[in-house]
Amino acid sequence: MNYMLFSPEFTLAAVAFGVLGVDLILPQDKKGYLPWVSVVGLIGVLVFSLWYMHGRDANLYDGLFLVDNFSLFFKAFFLVLGVLVVLVSVDYVKKHLSHPGEYYGILLFSILAMMLMASSGELLTAYISLELLSFSLYVLVSYGRHGLKPSEAGIKYILLGAFASALLLYGISQVYGMLGTTRFDEIHAVLLLDGTPLNPSVLVGLVLIIAGLGFKVAAVPFHMWAPDVYEGAPTPVTAYLAVGSKAAAFALILRLFSQAFMPVFDDWQIILMIIAALTMTVGNLVALAQQNIKRMLAYSSVGQVGYLLMGVAALSPLASNGVIFHLVGYGITNLAVFMCVIIFYNSTDKEEISDFAGLADRSPLVAMAMTVSLFSLAGLPFFAGFTTKFYLFTAAADGGLLWLVGLAITNSLISLYYYMMVMKQMYMEPAIDNTPLKISLVSGGALCVLISGVIVVGVYPGPLVGAIESATRALLP
Amino acid sequence: MDTFDSYVLMALVALPFGWGVLLAFLPSKRLQHIKLTSLAVAVVVTALTAYVFLAYNTAEAGYQLIREIQWLDSLGVTFSLGVDGISVPMILLTGIVMFTGVLMSWKIEYRVKEFFVLFFLLVAGVFGVFVSLDLFFFFFFYELAVMPMYLLIGVWGSSSDFGSFLRPKEYGAMKLMLYLVAGSILVWVALIAVFVEGGIGTFSLLELENVTFSENFQRIFFPLFMIGFGILAGLWPFHSWSPDGHVAAPTSVSMLHAGVLMKLGAYGIIRIGIDLLPQGAEDWMPVLIILGTINVVYGAVSAMGQRDLKYVIGYSSVSHMGYVFMGFATLNSLGVSGAVLQMFSHGIMTALLFALVGVIYERTHVRDIGVLEGLTKRMGLTAAFFAVAGLTSLGLPGFSGFVAELMVFIGVFKDYPALGMLGIIGAAITAVYILRLLAKVFFGPLDPRWEHLPDATRLQGLSMGILVVFLLVVGLYPKPWMDLIDSGVAPILARVVSLQ
Repeated sequence: MNYMLFSPEFTLAAVAFGVLGVDLILPQDKKGYLPWVSVVGLIGVLVFSLWYMHGRDANLYDGLFLVDNFSLFFKAFFLVLGVLVVLVSVDYVKKHLSHPGEYYGILLFSILAMMLMASSGELLTAYISLELLSFSLYVLVSYGRHGLKPSEAGIKYILLGAFASALLLYGISQVYGMLGTTRFDEIHAVLLLDGTPLNPSVLVGLVLIIAGLGFKVAAVPFHMWAPDVYEGAPTPVTAYLAVGSKAAAFALILRLFSQAFMPVFDDWQIILMIIAALTMTVGNLVALAQQNIKRMLAYSSVGQVGYLLMGVAALSPLASNGVIFHLVGYGITNLAVFMCVIIFYNSTDKEEISDFAGLADRSPLVAMAMTVSLFSLAGLPFFAGFTTKFYLFTAAADGGLLWLVGLAITNSLISLYYYMMVMKQMYMEPAIDNTPLKISLVSGGALCVLISGVIVVGVYPGPLVGAIESATRALLP
Repeated sequence: MDTFDSYVLMALVALPFGWGVLLAFLPSKRLQHIKLTSLAVAVVVTALTAYVFLAYNTAEAGYQLIREIQWLDSLGVTFSLGVDGISVPMILLTGIVMFTGVLMSWKIEYRVKEFFVLFFLLVAGVFGVFVSLDLFFFFFFYELAVMPMYLLIGVWGSSSDFGSFLRPKEYGAMKLMLYLVAGSILVWVALIAVFVEGGIGTFSLLELENVTFSENFQRIFFPLFMIGFGILAGLWPFHSWSPDGHVAAPTSVSMLHAGVLMKLGAYGIIRIGIDLLPQGAEDWMPVLIILGTINVVYGAVSAMGQRDLKYVIGYSSVSHMGYVFMGFATLNSLGVSGAVLQMFSHGIMTALLFALVGVIYERTHVRDIGVLEGLTKRMGLTAAFFAVAGLTSLGLPGFSGFVAELMVFIGVFKDYPALGMLGIIGAAITAVYILRLLAKVFFGPLDPRWEHLPDATRLQGLSMGILVVFLLVVGLYPKPWMDLIDSGVAPILARVVSLQ
């Protein structure tokens, strides 16, 4: 067995422990080095993975851990995401949170968990990595020092998260009980042999697994935790929740459904279709009523999950490309929005939508960045959101779900309305307080990187889509 | 010049776009520099449109100046550009209206930089639609053209306040945006359906033209194009965003929106709807012609009842776009060519009218017809231009509107004489409200309030003069325009005829 294939994970774990260790030695006024240690570590692992793992197709521990282009793509994505989230966090952590060492250390552990999720080729490995991710997030969500909201968010997330894990585990045991295996490829083989008609007990297991994962991605009706947790968590963690944990869960969902449950496609397609339709509609409609920007973004991300689930419901190579592509586009865009919110919050300590009044006068560039990212979320062209949505919707329609695509496009219109409400505040309402926002070099730099990403994905997606296609080929040849 | 030819269309999109983006990062303090450089860019772009107009070889017909760049293989998207006899006049129209629009924006003082950024993005989107031969990019630019409108109206627009009738600009902006995006929902769904049904994994218009879509498919999806694009073109009963939006918008944006953007909708109907789904078009044309006739009559009657000068023009746009729908619906060469000429003629005319209203409002700060009186004595040039635009609008021979409307009417009379009559009645109502307007606002006794009004500035005069010249040129010598348009319309109609 070639343990070198495990080296990105080992290295990242070492970096995480390293950050915790360095934190013990560093004096209080030098804690500012910690994020940079993390960034250097993450970039090191990224470069190594791309160089060493490229084009490999192997498995470790008898198929529990898969190394292929799909996992490589997601590992790279998560590592880049990790770098961006660290950059997004720097100012916020310095200003609002204590114990930066643990913050960055746990962040790195959660990235490790996501990398494992993308690589797991078996239900229990997937479950364990999902738990590692969840436990890291439980801590991060309740990291805030002030007031009751962080604690409320933490408690809600832990209780409901534990419940969802129980459902997932129950589902896994059901599948194992009926099929006698938890490995994806073996499940695939057994189902291919005598999958139709699907044994009701397996279906129960499948439904429970969908419910458990549905909780992790905040699909309706398992989304109730999302707004409160998003609102109470420190904003960089909210951004990370909205992008990272969802991307990891979708990596797992894509692999699970394409490599394990593909033979019973017809049985789960209808479930996912209904969940997707509900998720996108409820998310976007409820977002209309929100006053707090983080709650609004929570519901808007619920809506986005609906689009992604629609892609999974139409699972084909094209649809898988679409899902991954939209995950990337949505991820960058959402991080950009949250970066603007964080910059705003760092200067003003406010996060109601009405507080953004007159932002165009106070800080024209932040207002412009916010406008660009909101337009991108709404799916308007020149920005990532348009191209990725167009790809995803076309792929879903190609899979025969044109009616669902119609619903999704209608939901895009609804989402445009509440995004425009934010723009109205920024550009058309007068500012109450005219002091410009303070933007540090790190935050400004991160925002520039993110906005450039939003635009590059929107107009020059060729290379990215090429990489995504090779990732998909590993799943659905 | 081969290399230049292969880049000219791309430059048409890239130049305004690049300038818009670049401008966003330049300092916003030096207003005069921003305006002058924007004007310079506008001049270059307009020169390019003139070049395209001259370089297009009418004798050869078909798509010309084609350029293709691979963009996204797995989705069958190529960045492919090209123009034919329908898009060339539209490109020229956009160039003219953009140039005059920049001149009309000279007086803007509030957030000048942001205004021009959005203005040029809008223009880039419009050019993009007219030159795209790929459905993905067609839609890409279509949305790009809609996007800046909300801010342009909401930030720089003006509200209407008549006591009992209050329309804040935010209302107009939001209404316009929601209607247009609702339209693009239908278009988007239909485009994706065309991709899937086409079954050759491409969004390329040229390749999809070779696919024959099943009759059922055409019948179901043509109305999506018809209504989706129709909303942007002001099709009754989805027109109500248009008066509100155009009235709330600042002058140059009204000019561009009513003059060019509404044509994007009409262009979409013929370029994608009729071209790709001829059978569906044939089946749905009776509906379109009825809606178009209602447009004409309803728009004219509504215009008669308005007190706000700008609302009169707004409703007259709705009325005049009706002729475009009527012309399309005939599906014969006279009617369709007339409709395309009407698109051009109305674009110029309505830009002129909105420019005139802008000039009057800038001086009087009033748009109430009840209050404006006898302006001719103080604003002779403005009045003369208004008379020209008004006469074009009611279809006086010698101006472009006459040629276009006459062709549409002859086309309509071939198959639908009764509706043709109604259309002519609409033109008669237009004469009533235009002449009444001229009499009241311009030729009555001078109200002492307006004793000291200055006439249009030289810049504004120049800008409106350019528009007037085109109204006259097309009206007096329409042949080259008609040859050009016919060369674009003929292949599309051939696809319809081949069905019978």
